[in-house]
This record gives sequence, structure tokens and C-alpha cells, in this order.
Amino acid sequence: MIEIRFHGRGGQGAVTAANILAEAAFIEGKYVQAFPFFGVERRGAPVTAFTRIDDKPIRIKTQIYEPDIVVVLDPSLLETVDVTAGLKEGGIVIVNTEKSKDEVLAKLKKKPAKLALVDATTIALEVLGLPITNTSILGAVAKATGIVKIESVETAIKETFSGELGEKNARAAREAFEKTAVYEL
Amino acid sequence: MPKKVVSGNYAAAYAAKHARVEVVAAYPITPQTSIIEKIAEFIANGEANIQYVPVESEHSAMAACIGASAAGARAFTATSAQGLALMHEMLHWASGARLPIVMVDVNRAMAPPWSVWDDQTDSLAQRDTGWMQFYAENNQEVYDGVLMAFKVAEHRKVNLPVMIIESAFILSHTYDIVDMPPQEEIDEFLPPREPLYTLTDFDNPIAVGALATPADYYEFRYKIEKAMEEARKVIKEVGKEFGERFGRDYSQMIELYKTEDAEFVFMGMGSLMGTVKEAVDLLRKEGYKVGAAKVRWFRPFPKEELYELAKNVDGIAVLDRNFSFGQEGILFNEAKGVLYNTDAKPIMKNYIVGLGGRDFTVNDIRAIAKNMKEIIEKGKLDREIEWYHLKR
Repeated sequence: MIEIRFHGRGGQGAVTAANILAEAAFIEGKYVQAFPFFGVERRGAPVTAFTRIDDKPIRIKTQIYEPDIVVVLDPSLLETVDVTAGLKEGGIVIVNTEKSKDEVLAKLKKKPAKLALVDATTIALEVLGLPITNTSILGAVAKATGIVKIESVETAIKETFSGELGEKNARAAREAFEKTAVYEL
Repeated sequence: MPKKVVSGNYAAAYAAKHARVEVVAAYPITPQTSIIEKIAEFIANGEANIQYVPVESEHSAMAACIGASAAGARAFTATSAQGLALMHEMLHWASGARLPIVMVDVNRAMAPPWSVWDDQTDSLAQRDTGWMQFYAENNQEVYDGVLMAFKVAEHRKVNLPVMIIESAFILSHTYDIVDMPPQEEIDEFLPPREPLYTLTDFDNPIAVGALATPADYYEFRYKIEKAMEEARKVIKEVGKEFGERFGRDYSQMIELYKTEDAEFVFMGMGSLMGTVKEAVDLLRKEGYKVGAAKVRWFRPFPKEELYELAKNVDGIAVLDRNFSFGQEGILFNEAKGVLYNTDAKPIMKNYIVGLGGRDFTVNDIRAIAKNMKEIIEKGKLDREIEWYHLKR
């Protein structure tokens, strides 16, 4: 089972990102589960969301404490939230940032085995005209982890958002997929 | 068969649509609201032909369902916690008038203090209202439960309402894969309702909610209990038929998991039992002979199944995500009562877990297994009720 934790801020779509990733894995025939941290979310406040992916039905109903993959949608969270808390050995961290590898690593309490960086905010502003990074960051997830194909991410996005909105968001994911820098550490 | 990745609440909404409900009357409350929002969306998109009655409270929601059901319609509603409590009076009216209404209750902790998280006390506090109660472990069971509920409720020997119960957030807002059969297969399983009596059959007028003097009231109560007894049989028949048609068998009112050779079992209801099954697999690898008994139907209570289980195990750890103040966990209380007049006397201990959404994990279940094993080896309880998570 692969467990993924998303860190975002209320309004950035971390919960939707977790759901779309589950949908993408479902398209590839996997068993999935996606859920928000069971909180009372407010716009701008730190939020977390989770996805589980497995080859067999997922029965466990608890929160995720030891993720394999951590995805950070908002660079400012690195200042305030311990995003690597509980990260498994060999874990992967994916961050939306314009900063360098060394600058990001300096902010992480635990060094991951792999770090992936993408400026998802700029991509979202260019493609969508809004700083909502949930779909673009999923391109980085596909690139850095290989748990889902970028094509499945695009399909899942278009199933979630209809018409032009879906097309644009799928394009944001594809662009992020191509621009993500992956570092083995 | 088409599968969708949906939340527990959307599973409930799809099931209501697929059951071809005719009337929905509901009032929003977290974490239930997305059920009725989704139904409203189906109606707005022209996907479902449902009379939606917006009301000013849950009390009115149930009153409107009662009116619709008495007129012969298939009626559905959903609520949580304080909303369910506000409905309390009307719940008695629904069962007393023998109306097969189906309601989804998203288990939510009762206030104060305010909480929107999972806790079974809201639904269990409605234990004596004459409603059947089914607790879902996952989103699939929410969906299947609603479809089966109408068939059980509308059975001519039953005619009682059913509450399908799912966990706040843990199911209601968690996305999971749900297999939804084609509409024509559902229609074959669940044909239109054929009420015995309706308010709208003007050639055969009836009175609903009339006075019963001491000469008659007693028999009305007895007939509800006879219907509950019939419901035990109907639930098993419908659960079996559901399995034959759709591949998921619900003929057992208590689902047993690896109990055949178990020394002791975990018994509980709802979503926490998914985590328990996962833990049972891990504990068996660690040498524990454990199993799980998931009580699907709390009303009518599965007395015979519990006895059959209890006579073959040394211990039962009853996991209650609820509490009856001044006594103990409600499932524990019921289970002990059932076994008192039998020869089955396993050691039983009550663990109060997960109240108000406190996370209940595999490690917690492992700790409980260790405690149960020690108790069984000693042949003596350390204490009967344990507030497991208490901060010390």
C-alpha cells in the first residue's frame, strides 16, 4: 500500500488533489481511498488530505501517520508545518516552490530519499489564471513517483472538471509534469 | 458492473436515486449535507424524478416523509446528531404508523461540546423508536444498505422504517470505490413499492394516528415486535438475494471474520471494523488467534448469531464508539443481556473507543489484543469497562 499526504491551504484544493490522484489510480485498476483530515477547514488555514493506493481492497479507516509520499502545495507551509513528520525511510517529498533544492532541503526536518520541485503556482497562473495548484502539482506527482501515469492524471482531471476547465487543468498538470525537477538524494 | 470513486455521502445519494425514491424531505446538517445536495443536483439535472420538500427543521423533514409514505410514496431523508435528536418524536410516529421510510444517519457526536466527528451515540439513543438499524463498514455498504433497506422495510410482514448508519468523515467524506449495478438490475431487485394501505386510496379510507385506548394499545406494540421478529428472517432473505444478484452477500446479521478457530474476537459496528479486520490479519501473523465480529444490524438485534459466536470463543472484546452514561457501552450492554440466559459465558470486556472522532488505529487494536490475551490467561477481568484512549 502506498500512502500519500497532501499539505495545502484551505482553498488551494488539496482535498480535490487527493481525490483526483485516487481517481487516476482507480483508472489504472488500483484500489483507492482519499479523504481530508477530518477537520473544519477554513480558507487560508493549513489543511491536509490523504490518498491510499493498493493492489487489494483497502479496509483500514485511520488517518495516515507514516506516509510514503508527501506533497506540499504551498511553499509557505515549509516555514510553519513539519511536512516530513512520520515520512517513511525511502520517502519522497514533492514541493511547489520557486526555490532551489538546497534551499528547500534546509527547511525539511527529515531528508527524503527523493525530492521533486516544481513552480506550480507560476504554471497555474499562466494556464488557469488562478494560483490554485492542485492539478499542476499532480503532474509533479506523476513525474516524481510513477505511481500513476500522467495520462491517467489528465483523464481523472477531465472527469472531475468538465469542458474547458478540465482541458485547462489537464494542461497545467502536463506542463508541471514536464517542468518538474527530480533529485535522488 | 460500473464502479465509481465516491464519498460515503454520494454513495447514499446514488443509492436513493437508484432505489427510485419518490419523495425526499431533508434539512442540512454537517456532515450529512452532501447527501441531500447530491440528490438536489440529480433533480436539477433531470436525472431523477423526485419530489424534494425543503423544510425548516429535521422534525418537519421526518413529518413530511411520514405524510409522503402514508400516501404510498417511497420516502427518504438523511440527518446527523442534533438533527436526529430533533426528529426523535417523529421517529416514533413513523414506526408506530408502520411506514417503510429509509433514512441515512451520518453518525456524529452529540453536543455539547460541539463536535462534527464520528460517534454512534446519536443513532443508538434512538434504539427504542421502533426503527431498524444497519451500520455500514464502508461506502459500498452504505450504498448496498440503502437498496436493501427499502426492500426489507417495505416487505409486507415488516412495514417498519430503517436507518442506514455511516461514520462522519471516515465514510461520509472519504472517497472509495463503489460498485453500482445497472439500473434495470436494481429495478428487478427493488420493484416499485406496493403499500398495503394508503391515504390516497379513497375507495378504502383509513385513519392514521388515531387514538388507541388501553384496550388496544398493547396489541399495537406487540405487532411492532412481531414485525421486528419477521424482519430478522426478511433481512437474511433479502441479504441472500442481494448476494445472488450482485455478488455481495448480506445474509448474516453479524459478519464473522476469521472467527472459526479464534480464542477471542473483537466485536463492534461500523467503519472501525474495517481497521479491526486489517489488525486481525496482522495479529494472526504475530501468533494471536483472533477474529472479528461485525454487528451489521443492531435492530432487530441478532441474538441467535451472537449466541452461536459466543459459545465458541473464550472472550469478546466489545468496541463501543458510544456510551450510555451511568452504565456502559451500548453494544456491550446489549450483548451481555442476550447471553445471560444462555450457556455461553465468554469473558467480555468493554473498550470505549473513538468517541467524537478520536482516531482508532491498528496499534490501538494490538494493545487491546494484548490486554484480552492476559485476561483470558488469568481467567479474570482486570476491569469491565475501559476508557481506552483516556489521557492519563
